[in-house]
Amino acid sequence: MMSRALVHVPKTATQGGVIAIKTLISHPMETGYRHGDTGARIPRNIINRFTCTYNGEEVFRADLHPAVAANPYITFHTVATETGVLAFTWVADDGETHTELANITVD
Amino acid sequence: MMVMMTTMDHGANILGSERARPTRRIVLRGFCALAGGAALGAVAAPQTARATPEEKDAAIKQVTGGATVQKGRVHLDIPPLAENGNTVAMTVKVDSPMTAADYVKAIHVFNEKNPQPDVISFHLGPRAGKADISTRVRLADSQTVTAIAQMSDGTFWSDSADIIVTLAACTEDFIP
Repeated sequence: MMSRALVHVPKTATQGGVIAIKTLISHPMETGYRHGDTGARIPRNIINRFTCTYNGEEVFRADLHPAVAANPYITFHTVATETGVLAFTWVADDGETHTELANITVD
Repeated sequence: MMVMMTTMDHGANILGSERARPTRRIVLRGFCALAGGAALGAVAAPQTARATPEEKDAAIKQVTGGATVQKGRVHLDIPPLAENGNTVAMTVKVDSPMTAADYVKAIHVFNEKNPQPDVISFHLGPRAGKADISTRVRLADSQTVTAIAQMSDGTFWSDSADIIVTLAACTEDFIP
């Protein structure tokens, strides 16, 4: 498992309202352009994909490249359509994935 | 100290000798040429590992498929001056009603001085409600960053911003 991830989703929202979502995950985002102490190239290992699904339906996706800073922080918006679960998934080059869930109550 | 003295004496001897002078000069010239070549190579190498404005344009073309990119509707917010290129806050907003009929499909961000021209791509739809995204990026040098928005009607819009980076993101570590 990857290290800590933080997501901020409002607990409640009015139906049809646009909510702001903030996400942060700890990851070195190794670019593959750096060399270690021995001069050997440090292999690339970045989070290359981030997705957000709302009750199973994808509402946001990002393709990340080495130019994204370490500990990727992404904020975006979505429409609060119904009460349910938002799932956030980060996928890294080495195959590691991390998923966070957040519940939202819509009235 | 003794060693220094002897080497200095030795040097003086060589300088003093008429026969040794041209040889030493030639040898030194040879070394200088070698060192210069090596230094040039070291300086030039990181340049080749970087993307260029042309590469950025090529990457943009790959996304747009050659369609014309119009200026406007996109707002790319990055600070005009960043002290640390390792984390530069960036916000992209696109003017769009974000309805099922008219929405932003994707936003792509490009740079021209990092090793790769791509920075990040966002894929969204009418359910995003608002095309307003923030993240943090790495920038290897002072440069122009460009954001391209792809609308649901197939049009492309862009905004560019110049940024001065004081401390570049791992410049010294570029692959030769």
